[in-house]
Amino acid sequence: MDVLAISRWQFAIVTVYHFFFVPITLGMSISIAIMETIYVKTGNENYRKMAKFWGKLFLINFAIGVATGIVQEFQFGMNWSEYSRFMGDIFGAPLAIEALLAFYMESTFIGIWIFGWNKFSPKGHAALAWLVALGSNLSAIWILTANSFMQEPVGYALANGRAEMVDFFALIANHHLWYQFPHVFFSGITQAGFFIMGISAWHMLKKTKNIEPFKISMRFGAKAGLIGIIFVVFIGHFQGQHLTAHQPMKMAAAEALWETENPASMSLFAIPDQANLKNSFNITLPNILSFLNYNKFKGEVKGINNVQKEYEKKYGPGDYIPNVLGSYWTFRIMVGVGFLMLLIAFIVYMKTRKENFECKPFNLKIIFYSIFLPTIGISTGWIFTEIARQPWIVFGLMKTEQGISKAVSVGEALTTLIGFTVLYAILIVFTVQLWKKYAKKDMDEDYEPINPSEA
Amino acid sequence: MDLNTVWFILITVLFIGYFFLEGFDYGVGMLLPFIAKDDTERRMIINTIGPHWDGNEVWLLTAGGALFAAFPEWYATLFSGFYLPLFLMLVGLIVRAVAFEYRSKEDSLKWRYNWDRMIFLGSFLTALLWGVAIANIMRGTPIDATKTYTGGFFNLLNPYGLIGGVTFVVLFLFHGAVFLSLKIGGEFQKRIVETAQKLWLPSVIMAVIFILYTYFDVDIFSAKGLSAFVPPLLAAVSLVLSGFYLKSNKAGISFILTSLTVVFITVAVFFTLYPNVMISSTSPEYNLTIYNASASQYTLGVMTWVAGILVPFILVYQAWSYIVFKKRLTKDSELEY
Ligand code: HDD
Ligand code: HEM
Ligand code: HEM
Repeated sequence: MDVLAISRWQFAIVTVYHFFFVPITLGMSISIAIMETIYVKTGNENYRKMAKFWGKLFLINFAIGVATGIVQEFQFGMNWSEYSRFMGDIFGAPLAIEALLAFYMESTFIGIWIFGWNKFSPKGHAALAWLVALGSNLSAIWILTANSFMQEPVGYALANGRAEMVDFFALIANHHLWYQFPHVFFSGITQAGFFIMGISAWHMLKKTKNIEPFKISMRFGAKAGLIGIIFVVFIGHFQGQHLTAHQPMKMAAAEALWETENPASMSLFAIPDQANLKNSFNITLPNILSFLNYNKFKGEVKGINNVQKEYEKKYGPGDYIPNVLGSYWTFRIMVGVGFLMLLIAFIVYMKTRKENFECKPFNLKIIFYSIFLPTIGISTGWIFTEIARQPWIVFGLMKTEQGISKAVSVGEALTTLIGFTVLYAILIVFTVQLWKKYAKKDMDEDYEPINPSEA
Repeated sequence: MDLNTVWFILITVLFIGYFFLEGFDYGVGMLLPFIAKDDTERRMIINTIGPHWDGNEVWLLTAGGALFAAFPEWYATLFSGFYLPLFLMLVGLIVRAVAFEYRSKEDSLKWRYNWDRMIFLGSFLTALLWGVAIANIMRGTPIDATKTYTGGFFNLLNPYGLIGGVTFVVLFLFHGAVFLSLKIGGEFQKRIVETAQKLWLPSVIMAVIFILYTYFDVDIFSAKGLSAFVPPLLAAVSLVLSGFYLKSNKAGISFILTSLTVVFITVAVFFTLYPNVMISSTSPEYNLTIYNASASQYTLGVMTWVAGILVPFILVYQAWSYIVFKKRLTKDSELEY
């Protein structure tokens, strides 16, 4: 393997791993802030128990989210130094703003939040929770500003051998960002909803003694999950339309559509054959792809081979086709998981609307195992977004192979690839161990009621 | 003053914040396995920095982000060049971050003491490697015309680099011990003060060796003339004084003085470098400077606005977080971690 391949594997592994935990932070921070707020408003002790119980699980997640984030901050310089030189003018700014605006806020207030249960009034403590949630989600906006530029460069000029920023506000107004951020934000809400539902289902299965707060949690999770997934699917649809216009190659790969069609048919099951630039097997639904893109049953959708020719004219000779098999199937899995979650969240929501609902053990098991669905959707979503952008590291401006560090040898790169992968694998064992331990607790265990004289 | 200089100063400020705050965090982390008699004392030690360590670490992350934004070539050359040391440091920071949150979540002493080893390891590696890195940055490393570091790993482990590393470790140990003597009460505090006193002399000796070695070994330092001696001298004076105040049981003043030591050392480093940011030992023509390594004027302008607006808020709420938890911890305090 060469440094390029190793660095790509390393980036993919550490980033996907970081993103196992990120959506839980995004969604759970908000959920917990809401629980604390309900407690303040109603005085219902159950919500304080919930905030504490889910808060513990959230913290176990937060620690590893932070730990894996540290690597992210430096690895552009480590493995992608030529990229950093070319892009620093634009890319560094959102990264620095993320730290100044979001990380400081998130990490300072979470410290006070953890240690402050008995130092603040319930209201004050809820305010801290909101600051943490705000910080986390602000961080998402800024890092996605950086990522969106790589997908759809705006507000820049090529000068001095690099991309220089000429319009900061164009960077923030990037259309790509305003599809991507809500899609990611609501996938975090979805993740939190399914996380809460799944663990509550486990307690209902095991008939935990004080089941009341878990039933409330189940209802809470169902609402979050349903709201989240409706928005994710809805926004995803428009995101796809936007991409068809701006990164036609990506969406053609997502559909394994080799030749331009009008009206275009949607593929249900394809086995792309990249060597021969066609599908070796394909089942299609006529006209549907045009409909998805243009809301009517007609309209041209460009195929991979045609876009390739266009790009050769525009960017010079080269292979501009991403891995079609990977793009096609990661996209299919994301969307498939999305509709499955829509169904599950909807059913659970309907079932749990009654004050004293019951669930069949079989259904509870399904809900429990659904914990993994958002993670699958989110990971495949990112993998799709990133691999279907290839060969570009910055779309239309720089190819991935040009971004690599010159100072790093194969041996060094291999050391860190193996090092990070092994370290992360070990850490997740501990994370899961603690998650299991704390998820199994009754909410009354370890719970200290508030002491009115201190509040 | 041009924007490049403004940003050089701002980066200096970020590193001052980082070394000052994480300096005592790392010191506390390194002392942890050695000065506590039992698990309760260990927990007291960890809880002194419990609410703060993550916020403190963000100073490093911000310094990284700000380097990227303001001096992308510096960011690229430094981190791709010092690749393996940085990797080791990241490993240290990762295990340390997880350890704080996980160590008290199981009752088993074995579990806890193993995580404490990780806290020690993370704190030690990071302190050591920053010392090595800073020393090498000042001394100069092989950098070619494309701003690429060509030296490999072992080039960094020269005697001067290692002395820099040890100096940082000892200094942070002392800084951390003084911090603990401020934050912990009861009988335990006496033992901590004793430890701090024992650490004082070694840190003075290392600091003096490091400063003198710098004078004889580092060209850019001696080239700056006598003025270059002002910050290191101030650092040395505050370090010496802090020991005396510690003796007369004025931990507060002593802590201010160790903090000043860290501040002056950082200032000394950056003052020596200016206007360079990375020295090339291959040829002075290849030095990275605040001009040939910087982002565009437009980006620097935007970032100046952003930093100008946000930094005051950050300073206020971080200071507030220390006020919230200003009480000394004793055996009877409620411990989270
Ligand atoms: C959509 C959101 C998102 C994305 C795409 C990323 N992150 Fe992240 N990151 C977060 C959302 C987030 C967060 C929610 O703010 C985290 C996750 C868990 C946590 O504790 O904070 C976090 C933590 C986190 C930290 C630790 C912060 C601290 O100490 O408090 C750093 C340095 C980074 N991230 C840096 C990055 C970089 C350089 C990324 C690009 C490759 C990246 N993250 C992708
Ligand atoms: C956090 C969610 C993210 C995930 C899961 C993710 C996933 C991936 C994956 C799987 C690749 C490998 C693609 C390939 O090599 O074929 C990749 C590449 C890349 N991504 Fe992302 N990405 C994420 C966010 C980001 C962000 C926020 C940025 C920048 C701000 C970014 C920058 C890059 C870069 C520079 C590469 C090129 C390296 C490469 O090709 O491997 N990614 N990412
Ligand atoms: C069901 C319908 C869905 C559609 C039509 C859809 C559409 C899309 C599209 C077109 C992209 C690519 C964006 C880009 O390349 O910039 C994308 C990315 C992504 N999707 Fe989905 N998606 C759906 C469901 C889901 C679900 C259920 C999840 C997870 C809960 C999810 C998580 C993500 C993530 C994390 C990304 C990468 C970030 C981004 O670029 O927005 N998506 N989605």
